[in-house]
Amino acid sequence: MSTPVIEKNQAMQVFKDNLRAAPRRLLDATFRSGKPNTDRKRSTFVFSNLFLHLHSVRTHRWTLKWSTTAGLGIATTAAFLITLVTGVLLMFYYKPYPDVAYDSIKDIHFVVPTGRFIRNIHRWAANVMVVAVILHMARVFYTAAYRKPREFNWLIGMGLFVITLGLSFTGYLLPWDQLAYWAITIGANIAQSPREVTDALGITDWFDPGGFQRLLLLGSDVVGVEALIRFYLLHIMLLPLALAALMGVHFWRIRKDGGMVRPADADSRLEPRSSEEIYPVFTDAPAKTYQLAAIVRGKTSAVGRGPENTLPSMPHLFYAELAVLMLTTLICVGLSLISDAPLKELANPAVPENPAKAPWYFLGLQEMVAFSAVMGGIGIPSLVIIGLGLIPFLDREEAGTGEWFGGTGGWPLVRKSIFVGLASAILIEAFVIRFGWIREWFPHVPQLVITLINPGTLLTLIYGLYSVWLVRRYNSTRAGAMGLFTVFLCGFVVLTIIGTYFRGPNWVFYWSPADWPKH
Amino acid sequence: MTVKAGEPKSRLDPEPIARRDFLGMSSLIAMAGTLLFSVLGMLRLPKAAVLSSPSKKFSVKLPEALSAGEAFVPPGRAVALFRDGEGVFAISTICTHLGCVVKPMPDGFECPCHGSRFGVDGAVSRGPAPRALDWLKVSSKGDSWVVDEEKKVPPGTKEKA
Ligand code: HEM
Ligand code: FES
Repeated sequence: MSTPVIEKNQAMQVFKDNLRAAPRRLLDATFRSGKPNTDRKRSTFVFSNLFLHLHSVRTHRWTLKWSTTAGLGIATTAAFLITLVTGVLLMFYYKPYPDVAYDSIKDIHFVVPTGRFIRNIHRWAANVMVVAVILHMARVFYTAAYRKPREFNWLIGMGLFVITLGLSFTGYLLPWDQLAYWAITIGANIAQSPREVTDALGITDWFDPGGFQRLLLLGSDVVGVEALIRFYLLHIMLLPLALAALMGVHFWRIRKDGGMVRPADADSRLEPRSSEEIYPVFTDAPAKTYQLAAIVRGKTSAVGRGPENTLPSMPHLFYAELAVLMLTTLICVGLSLISDAPLKELANPAVPENPAKAPWYFLGLQEMVAFSAVMGGIGIPSLVIIGLGLIPFLDREEAGTGEWFGGTGGWPLVRKSIFVGLASAILIEAFVIRFGWIREWFPHVPQLVITLINPGTLLTLIYGLYSVWLVRRYNSTRAGAMGLFTVFLCGFVVLTIIGTYFRGPNWVFYWSPADWPKH
Repeated sequence: MTVKAGEPKSRLDPEPIARRDFLGMSSLIAMAGTLLFSVLGMLRLPKAAVLSSPSKKFSVKLPEALSAGEAFVPPGRAVALFRDGEGVFAISTICTHLGCVVKPMPDGFECPCHGSRFGVDGAVSRGPAPRALDWLKVSSKGDSWVVDEEKKVPPGTKEKA
């Protein structure tokens, strides 16, 4: 039996060599696929990385056009990541206990190094996220990307939308200043507003869903320590976890649904590739058989076919995504340098902030709530959410999928709907502001009448009738859907702008804050 | 007779469930039941049996100079007290719309949040508030008055001095 002869000090030599090679090997271990300079290495780069492999290794050229997605989903993701990082930093100092909470935000704002900057970025990124998610939803809608097989992902998207708003709202309470306290008081009472109906019917004593909702939200019958802890728990744990989980599903579904939506004739409409983009795709001999392809649905993989209209995701898609991430960060940081996150006086349960305004994206709701709490705060929003969720199941047409404003009617219909949406919202608002509403004319009218007939429900009715008319006029469900989505978006914009800029103390209409009475 | 799973004798004679399947199904159902019950149990947690809220009963001395129709708001309380020829009464200043604190004015109450207005007796005169402000129970105790914010009384109920 012969053992290899180890020369004296040979192991020492090996050790030294290994030590010297360690940095290079560490690099090899990290970038396992090597420099991504061939197509196979580019592919390995994607699928051997947990995070990148949410992407397919090659991306269709249609997807890479800016006009396809406008990068809005990625911008939303980026804004979420920014809030995540800055939020964890804020948690170092924030204390979720009434009064102490206010002091800790003040410390963060005035004492902690970079605290104000981080707080500003957190606040701005949250706003950017809300804007981006709304625009993203609009993009998905107008390119008819919700259609088969993407209905389920549209529903997941709805969940993401609601959670995003929930995150913003729960965050709004945490500073425990006047703004926060009164926004939450109003919010919690909106949860309680089904009482408007149960009271009118005289059944509140034994059937009180409103009171239960409020109790669940506040954990008490006043806005106090229990409410703050609950909102904190939702804001830093439950909602972010739910959002992250749903985002995972959302991204995974995109791949399972065959990537971004594109028109059926996308391939023939793309310009021919420039010569430098054309290089042999399958340069290496196949290292795998394609038998796995037999168990998935859909068309067979591209064996033996010429190069498709796809490009390697590394670098084409990733660099685009990084660009969106950088741009989003730039916007958030820029805004944070320009404008500080607000902090009013310490919450005072005896004196409401006047006007007490919710975050801007809820001011449209607040405007409707100022007509009827239960309709504006619960009825109409639920209707909108249900309506949005039904869209992919009611519009089963195929024409125009993947095109901006695709489908029957197209851009002219959207233009018309913008006009109808803006005009009816502005006219109804102008009427109410000028002439008041039923109670001012007939003080003794029962509450139930006002709950059912108020500017908010009226506007909803007009919008609904308009889109039914479109369905018949164009003989197309897509036309109806496009009209409905557009008018509601316009209504949202009008009400939000009025709530934000034209409402002063006592929710009275003012042309500008300069006209507000001094008190 | 031995029965084999997967071989129904006729459509009217449904396929017997094999013993293993039966046991498997029962344990799955039992597990689902257990999960359901534990979730229901957990759902009870967020609603405390006793709520931690400050006392809703307080006593207060009215200023001597309080004239009829003039409101007295004890510091830190959402209640307005009045005294007139018929006695003393208390009206809650929590708006019945969405819970802001209304401001007593010479001609009634005004809510800063969405512009609801109430008359001197608390009845809604304009705005989105769905019902009148609550009247609260007042009782005299020596030379001061005890207000119970949890006990509502019909509007017009006044307590003799
Ligand atoms: C936190 C919120 C959300 C995030 C982070 C997110 C992220 C993304 C991303 C990164 C994409 C890839 C394409 C793109 O950038 O547009 C995408 C596509 C998609 N999203 Fe979202 N999204 C969110 C909310 C929503 C909402 C509110 C909806 C609609 C109700 C929605 C429906 C869809 C659909 C159907 C697709 C596939 C579109 C296609 O195939 O062209 N998502 N999302
Ligand atoms: S809370 Fe008083 S009007 Fe809305």
